[in-house]
Amino acid sequence: MFLTGRAADAAVALGDDALVLSHRLGEWAGHAPMLEEEVALANIALDLLGQARFLYSLAGDEDELAYLREERAFRNAQLVERPNGDFASTIARQLYFSSYQELLYTELASAEGELAPLAAKAVKEVAYHRDHAVQWTLRLGDGTAESSRRMQAALTDLWRYTGELFDPVEGLPVDTAALREPWLASVSAVVRQATLTLPDGPDRSGWTAGGGRHGIHTEAFGRMIAEMQHLHRAHPGATW
Amino acid sequence: MNGATSTEGPLWEVFVRSRRGLSHTHAGSLHAPDATMALRNARDLYTRRGEGVSIWVVPATAVIASSPDEKDPFFDPAADKAYRHPTFYEIPEGVKHL
Amino acid sequence: MTTAQATDTVDQQADFDAVVSAEGRIEPRDWMPDAYRATLVRQIAQHAHSEIIGMQPEANWITRAPSLRRKAILMAKVQDEAGHGLYLYGAAETLDVDRGELLDKLHAGRQRYSSIFNYPTLTWADVGAIGWLVDGAAITNQVPLCRCSYGPYARAMVRICKEESFHQRQGYELLHALSHGTPAQHAMAQDAVDRWWWPSLMMFGPPDDESSHSEQSMAWRIKRHSNDELRQRFVDICVPQAESLGLALPDPDLRWNEERGTHDFGEIDWSEFQQVLRGNGPCNEQRLDQRRTAHENGAWVREAAAAHAAKHSARTSDDAVSGTATGEGAMAG
Repeated sequence: MFLTGRAADAAVALGDDALVLSHRLGEWAGHAPMLEEEVALANIALDLLGQARFLYSLAGDEDELAYLREERAFRNAQLVERPNGDFASTIARQLYFSSYQELLYTELASAEGELAPLAAKAVKEVAYHRDHAVQWTLRLGDGTAESSRRMQAALTDLWRYTGELFDPVEGLPVDTAALREPWLASVSAVVRQATLTLPDGPDRSGWTAGGGRHGIHTEAFGRMIAEMQHLHRAHPGATW
Repeated sequence: MNGATSTEGPLWEVFVRSRRGLSHTHAGSLHAPDATMALRNARDLYTRRGEGVSIWVVPATAVIASSPDEKDPFFDPAADKAYRHPTFYEIPEGVKHL
Repeated sequence: MTTAQATDTVDQQADFDAVVSAEGRIEPRDWMPDAYRATLVRQIAQHAHSEIIGMQPEANWITRAPSLRRKAILMAKVQDEAGHGLYLYGAAETLDVDRGELLDKLHAGRQRYSSIFNYPTLTWADVGAIGWLVDGAAITNQVPLCRCSYGPYARAMVRICKEESFHQRQGYELLHALSHGTPAQHAMAQDAVDRWWWPSLMMFGPPDDESSHSEQSMAWRIKRHSNDELRQRFVDICVPQAESLGLALPDPDLRWNEERGTHDFGEIDWSEFQQVLRGNGPCNEQRLDQRRTAHENGAWVREAAAAHAAKHSARTSDDAVSGTATGEGAMAG
């Protein structure tokens, strides 16, 4: 009934991406820069949470996977676990990640395999997430001097987490390395239109390069899942 | 309707077509800095339970409304023209397709 | 005022009264008494503020929700509250006030929100108690508002009530799961109900003989039932619901009164209500602080969007000269 082996690993890795990013977006609730944006960010978070639940359900029990694994067992890319920062950081993270996810799901939808139906549905959601990120990148980049400075700083700051996205994901029937070129083209077009520049520093950092897919995360991630898991773990075996 | 641009951005009126074959109807209003964002905000706010298949957003300042002061000259003259309605006419019994 | 104007006002007042007493609806551009307008602005703004501040106690648990299913439900619920705030600010704006102004008044403490949100959510069960009791009380209050004499407010309430019924049910279901779960979960649920029951009863406002706005609001068909009537209705609804939850309501005086056909219940501690109202509740400062901070931290984002829109529309008018439209919001329908 469940996927096993590397196919299951792949579903869990993509599920982890979706869950962790959803959780981070959920942290915005009550803090968004305008009320309309409360609704928009929650919509994106809910789409991602839905994707995570579906992906986990292919590999096992969703709550066991989300709440009972240790930090080192999570396979999400480090990009999605980065703290929200200011609104520009959140938008930069969204732009980088949704552009990747859209390409990935598009490939996945046309590939053979159990993930194709999810990918076909999710690609529409993700296209909207990307549109949201694009719209805000344009407004912040080509807005005021302050917003432009913040948006540029956010793009630069998160750049070193982008390289990992194109590392292979075990068990995934997609050549992720081949996504880098179209990703770069689409992201740089947006950045250029936003009157900003694409960072030219390294797209991965030191010894943690590609860490997330191998269970090496950033310090902030440990605190994030400690908060996420503590209640569930405090009541072993309980149903909610 | 207040069309003032405050710190919240201009006000937009939102119209949603709930199903193909029906007209757009007024759903409410929202704030957005520009038309592109207004459409997106409207999608997120007014169709998150699948309430729509198409959305219009209109700057609140662009809506021209009839004035309640003129309601008598505007609408009363239409009230006594019963001959515009089919029920005004008597048709002999048994006549069909009329 | 000239005599002619005075006569006009008399006629307008008569028209207004006739519409209201015939259960008609007053619409934004109709003449209305200044006091009616002021009452509506005050009430709708307070209602909108309550939705927005009310996001906080529940959002407090989004990151800790104990299952993914509960996490999705809670996020959707808190999102709805933002949405309901927006519907209500929209209704208030038809009365010639601006949302920015109303938010400023909230942030300055010059307009109120419901005191219930000044209580903390200490455990996960509080999310359930808020859904069942706080949303339950809110719905009891709000259903009659769907027939309020002011059209835009009534329409917003219809939409809100439709969406809110899920809020109350998810809370009840959450508490039911806890109450029938482990002993620790059951205790958590009971503790939450113990803390939220009395504040929920206070949500209906002061007793009828002390309520300052009631009579006029009833005459204007803004309000349909007295505070005490609605409170009694709520108690009667909750008692059997609590039984089926397997949880006790923390009131030793609560019992069925055969003669009256309703439940008697204990004395409400109105001094606590007054304290919370005056700003001495457990979370008053925290709630307003968070709201103000979010607004202030968002200022540069709103300014950026406005600046971008100004540049963009300048470009669009240039384009319009050369005959190309770049706007995406065209009304092609």
